[in-house]
Amino acid sequence: MASDAQLRRENRVVIAHVYTSTAAIALGAVFGVFQGFARTSVFGAPAWFDYYRILTLHGVLMALVFTTFFITGLSLFVTYRSIPRARSLTMGWFGWWLMVAGTAMAAVTILMGDATVLYTFYAPLKASPWFYVGATLLILGTWVVAFEIFENVAYFRRNNPGAVLPLVVFGAAATFLMWLIATLGVVAEMGLLIPWAFGWTKGIDVMLTRMFFWYFGHPLVYFWIMGAYLIWYNIIPTRYGGNTFSDALTRLTFIMLLLLSTPVGIHHEFMEPGISSGWKMLHTLTTYGVAIPSFITAFAIFASFELAALARGKRGFIATVASLPWNDPVFSGAGLGMILFIIGGFGGLVNASYSMDTLVHNTIWIVGHFHVTVGGPVALSFLGAAYWMIPRLTGRALWKPEWALFQTRLWFFGMLIMSFSMHFAGLLGAPRRTAEVGYMGAAAAQAWQPLMLLAAAGGFFLFASIITFAIVAIGTLVQNEKTEPMDAVFATPADAAAPTPGFLQHLYRWGAVAIVLAVLAYVGPLGELLRHPGYLAPGMRTW
Amino acid sequence: MHVHKYERWWMLFGTCMLVVFLTIIGVAAFLDNINPPSGMQRIDPTRVAQTPPFDSPGLHKRADGTYEAYYVAQVFSFTPATLTVPAGSRVTFYVTSSDVVHGFFIPNTAINMMAIPGWVNEQTHTFDRPGEYLLLCHEYCGIGHQNMFAKIEVR
Ligand code: HEM
Ligand SMILES: [Cu+2]
Ligand SMILES: [Cu+2]
Repeated sequence: MASDAQLRRENRVVIAHVYTSTAAIALGAVFGVFQGFARTSVFGAPAWFDYYRILTLHGVLMALVFTTFFITGLSLFVTYRSIPRARSLTMGWFGWWLMVAGTAMAAVTILMGDATVLYTFYAPLKASPWFYVGATLLILGTWVVAFEIFENVAYFRRNNPGAVLPLVVFGAAATFLMWLIATLGVVAEMGLLIPWAFGWTKGIDVMLTRMFFWYFGHPLVYFWIMGAYLIWYNIIPTRYGGNTFSDALTRLTFIMLLLLSTPVGIHHEFMEPGISSGWKMLHTLTTYGVAIPSFITAFAIFASFELAALARGKRGFIATVASLPWNDPVFSGAGLGMILFIIGGFGGLVNASYSMDTLVHNTIWIVGHFHVTVGGPVALSFLGAAYWMIPRLTGRALWKPEWALFQTRLWFFGMLIMSFSMHFAGLLGAPRRTAEVGYMGAAAAQAWQPLMLLAAAGGFFLFASIITFAIVAIGTLVQNEKTEPMDAVFATPADAAAPTPGFLQHLYRWGAVAIVLAVLAYVGPLGELLRHPGYLAPGMRTW
Repeated sequence: MHVHKYERWWMLFGTCMLVVFLTIIGVAAFLDNINPPSGMQRIDPTRVAQTPPFDSPGLHKRADGTYEAYYVAQVFSFTPATLTVPAGSRVTFYVTSSDVVHGFFIPNTAINMMAIPGWVNEQTHTFDRPGEYLLLCHEYCGIGHQNMFAKIEVR
C-alpha cells in the first residue's frame, strides 16, 4: 500500500488535471449560453460581441480542454490507485504543465482575436502561429501522460509476472494507445501549419490538412467515449452494488474502439471534392463497425443492472430500472447520460450514412448531435464522476449532494431541449457556425427561428446547471472538513474467476493492428490527393 | 471466452441491423446512383475569373435539356447572386472557391457540398417545386460569413 503522504501527492496531480477540466467547462458554458441567444432573431448579438471569437473559445475549451484534461486526470487516478507503488510524479506534473502552457498560449491568441479560426482551424484561414504551437503543446502534454500510464503498465507486468492487468488500467491504457495513434494525424497537420503560419513556407495543401485533421477528429470523439466507458464499466456498478458484467467483453470493447477509431475519419469529408466516392464508401463501412462495441456495451450495462436487481429479488424491466440509485448524483450523471446516448446513437446513424449525410451536413443538426453525445453522456458522466472523485481526492464529503443531483437532472433536461430543437432546426436547413441565421427575412429562414429560441432556452438551463456544479464543487472545498477516507474501489467483473483469454491481453499487438488498419484506410485517399501536386494556398485572415 | 446465450442473440441482431443498413446504402449508391459530391477536377483559385466555364458564372443549358450552373464562392458572397431556373429542370451545380473554404447549401433540396479552393465540386438536383430558394454558405469563412447567401428563383 502507498503511504498517506504518497497518496496525497498523487492526488494533487489528479486534482490539477480534473479542476482544470471543470474550470474549462464552466467557462465554456458561459460562452455557450451567449451563443445560443445570439443565434435567435429576438435577442441577436450585441455589437461588441464577436460571435466567432467566442465560438472558437467555446469549441476549444469544450472539445479540446474540458474533455482532455478530464480523461488525463481520470486515467492517472485509476492507474495510480490500481497500481500502488512508490513513484515519481514528475511525468504527471510535466504533462499537466505542458497542457496548461499550450492551452494558455492558444487561449491568449484567441482572446486577442488572432486565431478566430474555430476549433477545427481549417486552412487557408491563417491564425497566429502561436495558436498552432499552443495546440501542439496541449497534445504533447497528453503524450507525456500516455507514457506515464504505459510506464505503470510495464511496471505492473514486470512485478506481477503472469498476472492480468487490472481491467480499469487496461481500459485507460487502451484509451491512450488509441489517442497516441490518432494524434499523430493532428501533429502531422501542425507540421504543415506551423511553418506556414510563421511564413517559412509559402503555401499549404488545403485538402491535405483537412484529411490530417479528420484522421484525428473522429478518434477524438472515441477518446471521449472511451473515457465515459471507463466510468460506466468500472465505477458505476459500485453505485448499485453490482459488478462489471464481463471482464473479457469489456476488454474486447476497448480493443474494438482502439481498432475502429482511425480508419473512419473520411465520414467527416463526405461533401468534399478531391476524395472519390469509393473511399467515402469504405469509410462508411468501417464507421458502422462501431455498432459492435456499442451493442456489447448496451448489453453489458443492462445485464449488470439486471444481475444486481435479481440479487435483490427484483425481476423485470421496470423493477430493474426502478431499483437503480437515481437519487445518487454519481449514478444520475452516468445513467441520464446513457439515456441521452441512445438519442445520440440514432442521430449518428444518419450522419455516418454516406447518402443521408446530405440532409444534415454542416447544419445545426450536427451541433444538436454532438451536444447530445459529448455534451450529454460524456459531460454528464464526467460531472458525475467528478462528484465521485472529489471526495476521494480531497478527503472532503460532497457539499449539498442534493444540489449535485439537481444539477445532473437540470443538465439532462436542458440538453434534451437544446439538442431536440437543434436537430429539428437542422432538418429545416439552419446552418451551424453562423452568427445570425435570419438571412434578411428569407422565407426558409423564418421556419427555424422559433426553434432557435427554444435552443437558447435549453442552453440557459445548461448554464444554470453548470453554475450549480461550480457551487457544489467550490462549496465542498470551502465548507467541508477533511473527514472522508480517500480510498477508491473499482467494480469487479462478475466473471472474475474465469481466465482472461490471452488474445485480449496483448494491448500493444492490437495497437499494431490499429496502425495497419489506419494505414490501409488512408493510403488510397492520401495517394489520390498527392498524385498530382495541388494548389498551395498562401493563407488569409478573413476576420 | 464465455459469451452468454442472450448476448449472442443480441449480437446477431446487431449484426443483422448492420447488414440491413449497409445494404440500403449500397443499393442507393450502386443502383440509384445516390452518391455524395466528389468533384475531382482541379482549378487554379487565383485565376478562377479567367478559367472557363467559371469566367461566365450562371446557368447554361445543355443539349439534352438539362442545365449546368457555375458558381464562384468568395468572401462573403456567391456569384451569381441570383439565378432563375425553369420549374422542373434538372440542374448540376459546379462550385469552386477563389479564397478560403466555403459551404454551398440550398435548404429543402439535395444540394449540400463544400467549396474548396483549388477544386471544383458538383452536385445535381431537380427543382420540381417553384418558389424562392435560399443558397447559403454553411462553413465558417470569416467575419461576414452570416451575410454570405444568394437567391435561386424557380419559375
Ligand atoms: C452550457 C452548455 C452549452 C451551451 C449553451 C452550448 C451551446 C452551443 C452553441 C449555441 C453552439 C454553436 C452553434 C453554432 O454552430 O453557431 C455550440 C457549439 C459547440 N459546442 Fe456547445 N454548448 C454547451 C456545452 C457544450 C459542451 C459540454 C460541449 C462539449 C463537451 C460543447 C461543445 C461544443 C462544440 C465542439 C461546438 C462547435 C464549435 C464549432 O462549430 O466550431 N458544448 N455550443
Ligand atoms: Cu466522426
Ligand atoms: Cu461562410
